[in-house]
Amino acid sequence: MQTSKLLNVLACHLPAETFVTLPPYSVARYNFSVPAIEILGLEKVYHVGFWRKRPKRALHPLSFVVEQGEIFGFLGPNGAGKTTTLKMLMGLVFPTGGSAKILGMDLDDPRMKAQIGFLPEQPYFYDYLTAHELLRYYGQLSGVNSKQLTARVDTVLEHVGLKDSAGVQLRKFSKGMLQRAGIAQAILHDPKVVFLDEPMSGLDPMGRREVRVLIEQLKNEGKTVFFSTHILSDAEALCDRVAILNQGMLRGVGAVEELTAGLRGQVEIVWAGTSVPPSLRSAACRIAGDTVRAVVPSDQQDNVIETLRREKLRLISVTPVRVSLEDYFMAQLSPDQPSAAAANGKAAQ
Amino acid sequence: MSSRIFHIAANTFREAVRDRVLYNLIAFALLLTGAAILVGQISIQIERLVVINLGLTAVALFGVVIAIFIGIGLVSKEIEKRTLYTVLSRPVARWEFIAGKFVGLSGTLVVNASCMAVGVFAALLYVSRQLHGSDAWVLVAIYFIVLQFLITTALALFFSSFSSPLLSAVFTFCLFVAGSFAEDLRGFVGLSHGLQHWMAVIAVYAIPNFSALNIINQVAHGNGVSGQLVFWNTAYALVYIVAVLSGAIVIFEYRNLK
Amino acid sequence: MRRRRTIRIAAALLILSCAGSVFLLRLVDRLRENATLEETIYISSPRLLKHLSLGYEGLLADVYWTRAVQYFGEQHHNDSGEYKLLWPLLNITTQLDPHLVPAYEFGAAFLASRPPLGAGLPEQAIELVEYGIRNNPDDWHLYYDLGFVYYDLKDYAKASDAFERGSHVPNAHPFLRIMAAQTAQHGGETRTAQMLWTSVYETTHDPQIRDNAKSHLVSLTADLQCEELEQIVAAYRQRTGRNPSSFADLVRAGMLRGIPVDPTGTQYRLDDDGHVFVSQPADFPYSEKALPSGYVPRRR
Ligand SMILES: Nc1ncnc2c1ncn2[C@@H]1O[C@H](COP(=O)(O)OP(=O)(O)O)[C@@H](O)[C@H]1O
Ligand SMILES: [Mg+2]
Repeated sequence: MQTSKLLNVLACHLPAETFVTLPPYSVARYNFSVPAIEILGLEKVYHVGFWRKRPKRALHPLSFVVEQGEIFGFLGPNGAGKTTTLKMLMGLVFPTGGSAKILGMDLDDPRMKAQIGFLPEQPYFYDYLTAHELLRYYGQLSGVNSKQLTARVDTVLEHVGLKDSAGVQLRKFSKGMLQRAGIAQAILHDPKVVFLDEPMSGLDPMGRREVRVLIEQLKNEGKTVFFSTHILSDAEALCDRVAILNQGMLRGVGAVEELTAGLRGQVEIVWAGTSVPPSLRSAACRIAGDTVRAVVPSDQQDNVIETLRREKLRLISVTPVRVSLEDYFMAQLSPDQPSAAAANGKAAQ
Repeated sequence: MSSRIFHIAANTFREAVRDRVLYNLIAFALLLTGAAILVGQISIQIERLVVINLGLTAVALFGVVIAIFIGIGLVSKEIEKRTLYTVLSRPVARWEFIAGKFVGLSGTLVVNASCMAVGVFAALLYVSRQLHGSDAWVLVAIYFIVLQFLITTALALFFSSFSSPLLSAVFTFCLFVAGSFAEDLRGFVGLSHGLQHWMAVIAVYAIPNFSALNIINQVAHGNGVSGQLVFWNTAYALVYIVAVLSGAIVIFEYRNLK
Repeated sequence: MRRRRTIRIAAALLILSCAGSVFLLRLVDRLRENATLEETIYISSPRLLKHLSLGYEGLLADVYWTRAVQYFGEQHHNDSGEYKLLWPLLNITTQLDPHLVPAYEFGAAFLASRPPLGAGLPEQAIELVEYGIRNNPDDWHLYYDLGFVYYDLKDYAKASDAFERGSHVPNAHPFLRIMAAQTAQHGGETRTAQMLWTSVYETTHDPQIRDNAKSHLVSLTADLQCEELEQIVAAYRQRTGRNPSSFADLVRAGMLRGIPVDPTGTQYRLDDDGHVFVSQPADFPYSEKALPSGYVPRRR
């Protein structure tokens, strides 16, 4: 079958230092025949400079599959090649090698393009139009039935919270409003797959939360969401699976728990006072004000609590350490460091 | 025409109107009114000559400046500001975008030129109290001027499909000027020899032939042109536009949007 | 893929329409031959043109100068013998740029000559060159050109006077002085004409003027040779009392060494009246004596 063949290819393309084994995700989980996105060895070399063009590699051969119905996070620091990948998928730049299919169709297939939505990074729109006119125009280009168009535009504007600004020219929009308008145009024509490039960047915490809610709603409507971000906590809360990209190379693909599995299994114990029992000196302890925090492996949790009780120290909290993607990411950026140690160090601070 | 081309064209027209492009008509009206009043006072015989010459020259210059400046904005600005991303990620082929932009701007220019034509006739009527049969040739002259606009727009589109807005404007303007002297340039080339000659011949035939599309002087003197010339000039302009637009499409289809 | 197909179609259209536009361009050109030039008729005031050129009158003058040269070349090539636009074109050129000396030289050479060879406008030629002299008094070429116009009109006194004026200009060519004297004393003689045209042939940079001088020289040589041959015919008539029926008679009588040929290498001909003439009169446009009796230069 196509997908299993792809997985083999995928394995070959993963860099050697990737320690994550590929997740055994099952196609059967979503009962769809074609994957939403299949990327096969897609790569991009830009040529920069005016006269003597120097090659500049933005993306090493990249392969992965996104199934329909997933929220897929495309993670990586600035300059990793996320936007480049998205632009290739949208047919805005052309790949140097490899290929990709969306909903099983070629990237220049208009039938496919009618079923996807795209929010570019830092979107900018025709600023002489009002939000309503902009969406009407885009709806016409996407081939939305003209009878339903007005109703559809109103619904979407309401959905992203721009109902009151529908008649305002976009040149008067704030950055947050532009981002909302961008999301509105991406979902306007009820696409099956939605691509969002850095949808939360530049938004205030409220705005970020709204975008998160919106993405979850899209998933609930059965849509596939593919979004890129350099802010890992955004992805952590939302994604079914993520791909991690750095300097144009894929560093891992999988569910968040799977990717961070190696970093799990620690607890943070906090107690009042400033004294540290001698038996706990070896553990990573930190005195902050009139409390002490220590991070220990979870199998020692009971011993430590017992010790504290013996010493008559008042226990304040015991919480499992929530390993963030950020920790995973830091480990990826410095591959020669054992990842657990990296996580330990961070947690111990 | 696919409905997408139509929608892109309509949006282009709307952009031009909202960017107050048609305000140039006010300047044009002022110019013509001033000229009409002035010549009404100074000359007896040549007032019609002056009004037609001045009026049509102004139509041509205003229109060309607009053709170049919005024409450049068409593609360059959309790439620069990345408004194209959300258009091309829809079921819109790149050639449809080029075609739609061309149609939209052409429409803008035709509307603009029609308003100015009305102005020219109003001024003519004012200075000579009546219209003559030969004034119909003024319409033909304006029609030829509109053909020049369309060619200029296509060229502006072509250049902006691969170079920066400023360079595109410069290139297009140069070609407009060169095109106005196309016949003389072909004459110059006739005097050269050898390999140089052939390279020059190719260059000179690539320049749009605006010499044949400029009949202002003739018309101002009440002379017309043959119907054949109108027909073949139209054919030439259309074929030239197709050539330039297909060139633009080929380049644009290969272009990586930054 | 769709994109490939679009590119292929557009490329094919590009090639087709490029070829088509060149074809149509040539068609339109043929349809309105000289139409751009005709417009010069409408330019009633070169001065107005000068103001309209917004300070680029030098460039515009060059454009009109090229138009003039081309117009003349084309009309000449087509044997049309009609040059009605030459004067307006040169007038506009020199009004726009009074220092464009080649234009005066050109005007002097081709405005004055009689119609199949030039515009036949000697007064305008004189006006043009005098205007040139007023604007460029230190250029001896212009006096030389003026002298030529008068010489062509057979006004040898004025011609000599023009050469004389030119010889006083600093750096004037020394032969102006000689020409002044020669035209004054031997104005109507073929030898004088030969000398003048040789000087033109050797000094001009303009290929059309040089060709013109060459035609003059060839015609003059033919005139001289015919004159000589007719003297021999006259001698034969004196000796025998009748005209020779052919050059062979003259050879047999020992008065010629062979059948004589003109400067182009073609044999001369002889008519019953003893008149000697060239076989191809069209090659000797300026000839006055070597033409068949009753020959009228071709004119369209
Ligand atoms: N048009 C371009 N020309 C040359 N280099 C580019 C271009 N676009 C992006 N790059 C380079 O490609 C790399 C990846 O960029 P990008 O895809 O924008 O990263 P991201 O979106 O992950 O921040 C960067 O090093 C960037 O400098
Ligand atoms: Mg980016």
